[in-house]
Amino acid sequence: MYYSLFNWNGLGPATRFIGLNNYKAILTDQVFVEAIEHCLIIVVFSLAVQLPLALLLAIMVGRDLPGRVFFRSVFFMPYVISEVITGIIWISMFSPDPENGLINALLVLIPGVHAQNFLGDINQVMLCVFLVLTWKYFGLHMLLYMAGLQNIPKELEEAAMIDGANRWQTIWYVTIPLLVTTIRTTIYLSVLGSLTQFPLVWIMTRGGPVNASEMMATYMYRYAFLRTQLGYGSAVALVMLVFCLIFSVAYQWLNRQPDPLSGV
Amino acid sequence: MATLDVRKVDSFKKKLPRFFQYLVLGIVTLIIIVPLVIMVFGALKTRGEMFLHPYTLPIPPHWENFGQILTTPSFWDMLRNSLFVMVASTAGVLVVCSLAAFVFARMEFRGKDLAFNILTLGLMFPITVAIMPVYLVIRQMKLIDTLLAVILVQTAFGISGNTLILRGFFLSIPAELQDAASIDGCSAFGFFWRILLPLARPALAAVGALTMIVSWNDLLTPLVLLNRDALWTLPLGTMQFQGQYSSDMALTAAFVTLSALPAILFYLFAERQIVSGLTAGALKG
Repeated sequence: MYYSLFNWNGLGPATRFIGLNNYKAILTDQVFVEAIEHCLIIVVFSLAVQLPLALLLAIMVGRDLPGRVFFRSVFFMPYVISEVITGIIWISMFSPDPENGLINALLVLIPGVHAQNFLGDINQVMLCVFLVLTWKYFGLHMLLYMAGLQNIPKELEEAAMIDGANRWQTIWYVTIPLLVTTIRTTIYLSVLGSLTQFPLVWIMTRGGPVNASEMMATYMYRYAFLRTQLGYGSAVALVMLVFCLIFSVAYQWLNRQPDPLSGV
Repeated sequence: MATLDVRKVDSFKKKLPRFFQYLVLGIVTLIIIVPLVIMVFGALKTRGEMFLHPYTLPIPPHWENFGQILTTPSFWDMLRNSLFVMVASTAGVLVVCSLAAFVFARMEFRGKDLAFNILTLGLMFPITVAIMPVYLVIRQMKLIDTLLAVILVQTAFGISGNTLILRGFFLSIPAELQDAASIDGCSAFGFFWRILLPLARPALAAVGALTMIVSWNDLLTPLVLLNRDALWTLPLGTMQFQGQYSSDMALTAAFVTLSALPAILFYLFAERQIVSGLTAGALKG
């Protein structure tokens, strides 16, 4: 029952390795600072693009669209497929050679557009990584929104319609405010996931090219396990932990706001 | 006449958004499915065909790639390792979490709130953050390069979330049931074993299905804890295979297809459990 405790006890011996020098080295390492930036970029994009997209699709599929279950099954499928497989599939999709990569094969059909390097281009790699993350994870968020929609009494929306609100107004002023608990949960999952993303990035780019897609987790893995600098790696892990903690505390504070549906 | 026109406009107004909805959903469906289909098609082609026309239908299908992979013993080793780890982790999570959830849902003891808070703290630490200390502890326990290590770690990190899910479910079972059982001479554990667990079967199935998926797909834990390739699990082996045979795209596609197949089949089979487990977990946690 207390294995969970046992893991944190592990932090005890780990801290012994950490001298302040490690922290100094980490925070002055340009690569790590960039890794933090990359993580934050993914966080921002996830919140600004991935979640709204999932919400939009969830509302579109709604409660009673014919084919609802089919769409849910399909959209959620990538979540079940492992990161390794997702990564390998998308490496070939993004292949710079139109003969191998479908995306480039489609791109060169447009006149005036050349094949792109995608994962090999330091300016494009983060966008590609983000697209794949979205492909894999938006289904989870959509699923949660759909479950949240089920909990909203239909009468509330109907009442708004009768009062003369149009569809968009109803969604904006009634549905979305009522979904706020679910939205909070998805924000939580999405931010923590983005901050600690490892497998997909590792498979697709190993943090490259030239560290252009380095994440905190890949940086930690590289130092701790490939270069076996356990102390340095631990310090990186602790920085990551601090990020997660700051976010968690902020989230807990946000979570104090009451649930609008609790009175319904 | 006038009323008829209004109705026409009405139905048009209704149909247009519907059409638009299906259009958008259809496009997204394509984006999801096309990469997967291309992978399966690629697996059914010879190396030369893959090179010449990578996006066409595999006619006639070539099954040699699959044959080649299915006859390598290391593939079966990995499959067996993955299955073993998955079954053991899931069993571990189910046993530990159902007991813990029962205690948290039904018993009063000093320090319960504290223990519960510590439990929920676990939700804030994804395994990536904790992998360093986990590695050090496992190393001290001399369990590096054992499947047991992977099982322990996966079980440990499944505990927080799944205990919360099960606790939520146990709380929804009326307390009168337990009172009645104890009047009939049933001990607390007897109640748990004979009454609560059978009642909680859907919740247990959801937790189990979810844990199986997480364990099956886990890359980081085996990557850090296992060195000997005889112990590799499928994600680890798939990653290695892709690195080794990246020039033979058709063979890689076949390997990837084969290692994706169990998860997809399982998903189609247990979708309801997975979905209900995820929604229960996320909305209660």
